[in-house]
Amino acid sequence: MPGEGRAFLCSVLHNRSLSQSDGLVASHPAERHDLGLDPGQTPWKSRLEALLGEGARAGADLVEVFLERTDHIGVLAEQDTITSVSPSFGMGAGIRVFRGHRDGFVSTNDLSDAGLLLALDQALAMLSLERNSAASHNTFEGLKPLRDFAIDKHQWLAQSPDLATSTALLLQGTNLLQRHGKHLDVRRGSYSRDWQEVLVAASDGTFGHDIRLHQSSGLSVLAADGEHRASIGRRYGTTDRPDDLRNWDVEASAIDVCSSAATMLYADYVDGGQMPVVLANRFGGVIFHEACGHLLETTQVERGTTPFANQVGESIAHSAVTAIDEGLSAGAFGSISMDDEGMESERTVLIENGVLKRFLSDRAGEMRTGHARTGSGRRQSHGFAAASRMRNTYIAAGPHKPEELISSIDKGLYCKSMGGGSVGATGQFNFSVEEGYLIENGQLGQPVKGATLIGEAKEVMPRISMCADDLDLAAGYCGSVSGSIFVTVGQPHIKVDSITVGGR
Amino acid sequence: MSTTPSTAASTPLNVHALRDQLHALAKRDGIQRWDLGASCSTNASVQVDRGEAKQMKASQRSSITVRVWNEAGLIGITSTSDLSQSGLEKALTGAKEASRFGNADDVPGFSPLATAPIPELDRPLQPAQGIQTLLTNLKAAEHDLLAHHQAIETVPYNGLSEGSSERIYLNSDGALRQMQRTQASLYLYARAEEAGRKPRSGGAVRVALGSQELDVQGCVEEAAQRTISHLNYQPIDTGRYLICFTPEAFLDLLGAFSSLVNARSVLDGVSLSQVESLGTSVAVPFFSLHDNGLHPGHVGAAPFDGEGTPTGRLCLIRNGMLESFLHSEATARRFGVDPTGHAGLGAKVSVGPDWFEVGTSEGTSSGTTHLHHATTTEPFVLIESLNALHAGVKASQGSFSLPFDGWLVRGGERISVESATVAGDIREVLNGIVHLEADAKVTHQGVCPHVWVDGLAITGEA
Repeated sequence: MPGEGRAFLCSVLHNRSLSQSDGLVASHPAERHDLGLDPGQTPWKSRLEALLGEGARAGADLVEVFLERTDHIGVLAEQDTITSVSPSFGMGAGIRVFRGHRDGFVSTNDLSDAGLLLALDQALAMLSLERNSAASHNTFEGLKPLRDFAIDKHQWLAQSPDLATSTALLLQGTNLLQRHGKHLDVRRGSYSRDWQEVLVAASDGTFGHDIRLHQSSGLSVLAADGEHRASIGRRYGTTDRPDDLRNWDVEASAIDVCSSAATMLYADYVDGGQMPVVLANRFGGVIFHEACGHLLETTQVERGTTPFANQVGESIAHSAVTAIDEGLSAGAFGSISMDDEGMESERTVLIENGVLKRFLSDRAGEMRTGHARTGSGRRQSHGFAAASRMRNTYIAAGPHKPEELISSIDKGLYCKSMGGGSVGATGQFNFSVEEGYLIENGQLGQPVKGATLIGEAKEVMPRISMCADDLDLAAGYCGSVSGSIFVTVGQPHIKVDSITVGGR
Repeated sequence: MSTTPSTAASTPLNVHALRDQLHALAKRDGIQRWDLGASCSTNASVQVDRGEAKQMKASQRSSITVRVWNEAGLIGITSTSDLSQSGLEKALTGAKEASRFGNADDVPGFSPLATAPIPELDRPLQPAQGIQTLLTNLKAAEHDLLAHHQAIETVPYNGLSEGSSERIYLNSDGALRQMQRTQASLYLYARAEEAGRKPRSGGAVRVALGSQELDVQGCVEEAAQRTISHLNYQPIDTGRYLICFTPEAFLDLLGAFSSLVNARSVLDGVSLSQVESLGTSVAVPFFSLHDNGLHPGHVGAAPFDGEGTPTGRLCLIRNGMLESFLHSEATARRFGVDPTGHAGLGAKVSVGPDWFEVGTSEGTSSGTTHLHHATTTEPFVLIESLNALHAGVKASQGSFSLPFDGWLVRGGERISVESATVAGDIREVLNGIVHLEADAKVTHQGVCPHVWVDGLAITGEA
């Protein structure tokens, strides 16, 4: 399962003083959408309907309002001390107005009626529209019945670990690193919890409500021995599982990190060149995320930066490749009940046996490119307009065993653990290898570090020639046009017949 | 239209009211010692796509960060975007609660310079032009760029923005800092493609105090020139090369390894430097590095940091010797020096560079006269920009392996390099510098000349 292979902890002692959940727990369903977002004002449904009606009458083809409240906490342990506890909370609105293929977007922290009207006026003005101009025949027939995905989630914030629990676990983690590691100059553990409540309303009647909870924990070390240095980290994340941290096998994580650090501490730098590579499962999926996933977002179609724009139904990858993006896997970091435009999430087959099937599309993407929405409209916060973005993205399992992939290579590189990556305007992608091993005569050889893999999607996708049967996913963060969002990447072990391995 | 976002008209924070409010709340809760950082900003931006508005955006944002010290002297912090009375109250309560988990071994204090005089910055606030004017100007810039070469088909990444912001710092000992500034930026990244060839891209960035001051034409010309210069490309052989970094590329690399001169990183054990590194050689003898948050070219200059410490010019490396580190109040206290104006505001205060100045140390020289990026005839690789620094830099190890855009230059002829990486160790780079050109360039991130380094490894597709 996505982001799994670990578990989470702990006793459920929530510190109410650090939360904002009070407004959520309404005793009567009809009152629920007062939400505490702006106490003392009229209920949100009527306020939003009034706002959307104003926008529609001004001539907007569509008006969308995204409201959010957030509650975040970040904790850092270094060596045997908690060195930082950083709570934050906030609220805000993003108002987006569409007219033809254009749109205007305004975000604000001011959720008063006057503040929201000002934001609407600004968004309208961007499209040369004005309230009370009496120039439009557009009508707004009111919001549809609420699609409330948050019904069972109102206690999540209260059920998530309190500070005593999370700090204790992190200190346990750094202690275990000390116990299992050697030459560790730095031992760190970190935990973050992001709670978000969203309310989405649009003049096409869309009205959705959700609560999201993302938790992430990780351990990292810096090992040093003379001139030899290695920094290794592992991060785990889940969504919508308030008590998941209690199940985290922190000792297994510590052993994993220390084992990698011990191996990589004395590793040589890799010699660069063209070679076949085998990429491990889980975070190895960053190759598809960077090499192809971004290029299958309608955002890239709009920009003209994807080479696959007109290739639906055509072969763009090796027939061994089937790739999926979905928001449904229980607990996965990229799962969402509804997207940030109020559409229910779904499973989208992007590539089937090498043939391009679908693009990931949001509201603007559908309007501008014709690709139907896929529940992929996502954003970091109210400060960003939604855009087509990935959720849980992975290459499907194949028929092979991982050993078969390695044994098929005379000389190449095995990438056990990957770092981050990126893709540019021409489709050239890159990502770093944290932990690599030479492959010699079909066997794993000495560990190597410092590798960066680069290539272009059109060239690399046909070279993914073998997929193993061990699909697994890993949590990550993706930064792009609509900010940083929670995602998972994944794949089974895969073989790439040839790719540029940057080294020394 | 009156409702068009007008960035110069942002409502200023009422610093005295905020101080009184916090003072009263703290007194009520028995909090003796506190400080606060607050900011608010307005911004408007546009993007275009082949002559049409693609997206227009505006924002009004505000945030506060409150720190309190509890009875045991431990510190807690909370941030919020809610500047209302209830928001402030909740933040104060949250900070007090968080202080129970404060680190007794490293408690930040008030900066001893938080009430010292701050420098006068000559950064007059500029009026906003309004979003429709931004749109008109960006459309024109895109049109000009597309007209430069038939292969330039789109400008997929573009943006023109203007904004104003205000920042304050207050503490319970009476410190009160306040600043306002305006800022505008333009970026244009074009994509060009010729028949049977791979798409290529290039771009340029400009920043200014206001959108009227932006060098739009210069940005268009630079983006066009860079994009066109990459149309003629070839793979490069893997090997070691004489490298010339453009000022932008070298500043990027230096910024990624700024933990070398960061006292927080040194104390945390994640820097290549140690406390004892001060006074030791870390670069070639003619290399100097300053951090100068007051440089006239620094559009985003601020007269004080997150702790209220005045900004200034600080020598970090002189004659190749490590002279000083960047400090917060807490790290400075540990080193027995004054804070340097490079702190954030946190339970554990972050430290970061402001505006690097790279140059030749006074009275020194590389002894090399034949190297210049425009005239040198011997083969070299000119690295225009480094990509994916977030993934390819291991700051605590000193190593990097990064994709780059650039050219192989032979006899003055530039051939764009297709899909290659450059790799090395920052210590080898700083000690392998063979020349710093005489003319430093003011970029949007610092001041630096072209920097020549010999023997770095490049992996290509040839």
